[in-house]
Amino acid sequence: MIARLSIKSLRNRKVTASLTVLSIALSVLLLLGVERIRHESRESFAATISGTDLVVGARTSPVHLLLSVVFHIGNVTNNIGWESYRAIAGRPEVAWTIPLSLGDSHRGFRVLGTSADYFEHFRFARDRRLELARGRVFDDEHDTVLGADVAEALKYQVGNSIVIAHGAGEVSFAQHDQHPFRIAGILTRTGTPVDRTVHVSLAGLDAVHEDASYGADSDPLAAIIREKHQTSATPRAITAFLVGLKSRGTVLSMQRRVNEYPGEPLTAVLPGVALQEVWEITGVVEKSLFAVSVLVVVVGLSGMLVALLTSLGERRREMAILRSLGARPAQVFALILGEAGFLTVAGVLVGIAALYAGLFAGRTWLESRFGLFITVSWPSAHELGLVAVVAAAGILIGLLPAYRSYRYSLADGMTVRI
Amino acid sequence: MSAPVVELSNVRFSWSVDSPIVIDIEALCIANAERIFLRGPSGSGKSTLLSLLAGISRPNEGRLQVLGQDMATLGGAARDRFRADHIGFIFQMFNLIPYLSVLENVCLPCAFSERRLARATKSGGSLQAEAVRLLAHLGMADGELQSRTATDLSVGQQQRVAAARALIGAPELLIADEPTSSLDEDRRAAFLDLLFRECELGQITLIFVSHDASLGSLFDRVVSFAEINRAGTSWLGKPAGLS
Repeated sequence: MIARLSIKSLRNRKVTASLTVLSIALSVLLLLGVERIRHESRESFAATISGTDLVVGARTSPVHLLLSVVFHIGNVTNNIGWESYRAIAGRPEVAWTIPLSLGDSHRGFRVLGTSADYFEHFRFARDRRLELARGRVFDDEHDTVLGADVAEALKYQVGNSIVIAHGAGEVSFAQHDQHPFRIAGILTRTGTPVDRTVHVSLAGLDAVHEDASYGADSDPLAAIIREKHQTSATPRAITAFLVGLKSRGTVLSMQRRVNEYPGEPLTAVLPGVALQEVWEITGVVEKSLFAVSVLVVVVGLSGMLVALLTSLGERRREMAILRSLGARPAQVFALILGEAGFLTVAGVLVGIAALYAGLFAGRTWLESRFGLFITVSWPSAHELGLVAVVAAAGILIGLLPAYRSYRYSLADGMTVRI
Repeated sequence: MSAPVVELSNVRFSWSVDSPIVIDIEALCIANAERIFLRGPSGSGKSTLLSLLAGISRPNEGRLQVLGQDMATLGGAARDRFRADHIGFIFQMFNLIPYLSVLENVCLPCAFSERRLARATKSGGSLQAEAVRLLAHLGMADGELQSRTATDLSVGQQQRVAAARALIGAPELLIADEPTSSLDEDRRAAFLDLLFRECELGQITLIFVSHDASLGSLFDRVVSFAEINRAGTSWLGKPAGLS
């Protein structure tokens, strides 16, 4: 009964009530949105690579190596020699390796030179392997395999021919158009940067660069040299390589061995450890964002407090009538508290609904713009906990006007001073 | 004759320990189904007496019995329940909860009292039907009127709705605090007629408070508040016997 009175009284003050609900909803939306994006970006990052024990590249910071090689954020400037790669790949602890060569692009999408081992050993999310939606993996240096987003964005089909460009920009003046690639296959969507990658064989990439550097059509000698290089099929350098070990137990000794490799300065990175470092860097920003959204929740709830407190003065008559009908002061207390509770819960629910509406509407944008893959899932325990704290805070704040109306109704009884 | 509905002896009351005594009544006895006119100027402490009768406040000393129940011995919650079960109340004006419809206002007391809910249901078949019946008796048969928001009504209509609300579930005691002072003369007479008829039908004791002595002749008995209250000053600080 008291609950019904609460709701009817709120309906009577529709405008204030809905503005209060709106402000709470927006603050909840911000709070959950910040948390969700933080969580999803971590999930998305963590799901990008799986099963790889070490990422090895030229000497640089672990975070830089991981970000540029695995997440395609930033560029690696130094390469590693093919001999170094072979030396480490040939060690008995190593189960498999995947060579990676970066630096070219196709219409804004990164080109990755690699070997057939990539399709065999690369794992993402929880041990998922790459699968082909159409076509097959590359056979020779003229084949390319596209990530799902590349094919979709550029409307490519298996059998089409593409040209790659030097550098990572959207527009490049150095087109390697002497060596076009034929699309051999298109991968299924992974929700990782693989979707936005053009894969070619290392031999193909090397052929491209040799064509370019030796000026294929103008110089007959270059064509002969190119011919020699292509048949040799050993690239001179790669950007980095991924290592899978036979036993995880050897990972630290292997890392040390790579870091102390005498041939050239190398860095070996444990992906999980480097990711942890990334989180430590972003943690400060995340914490301040969280603090701001908490403050916004406080502002939203204060708005409710103000609205309820100002309404009390004009509602003393109403309280007196309820008292004359036999309402206990505790029921008057519950009436106001119920209103605070209703406003808060409504605000929280609207906020959650807005969050999901926003996620559904904005996921493609976040994905294409930031490469952030959002999976729309049910609220996590952590989010439910946050929401529960907001609801509890709202009800706690409601105690103040409720207590005041309780005091009023005790002092006024049935006499009303207007 | 049955036991008195209200019985006071040597009741004294002050709002707090160090504030002056505002109520000091040696004896007041009101019989069952009696219609009492309690006369006195505003600010003389009449409302305080009504608070005592309704169980909002408790006397400092003396004996206060309502329907045979010693109000001094009941706790706060029990007095609230007692009021909900046995007493109907009409204020001077603004009686209605603004965000409820007329019908919801009339039914409201039954939300606080199971006893009155049971009685209303028994009398009308259902709570809703009983509320409609009472409103019709009070000249508010119009269904459109009944579903309106309380604040859309004229003052006279509001007072009739308030009367219906006070009467629903047949409480034994009806206390009306200046219910007619916001009505003009014609409406006042009509309102009193309706009130008397309903009280007679339900054998309800009526305590009617007003400063307007001209109404006194319509009642079984007139009690001058100034005469029964020996407290020298009102809580507003004015001499009590100013009338």
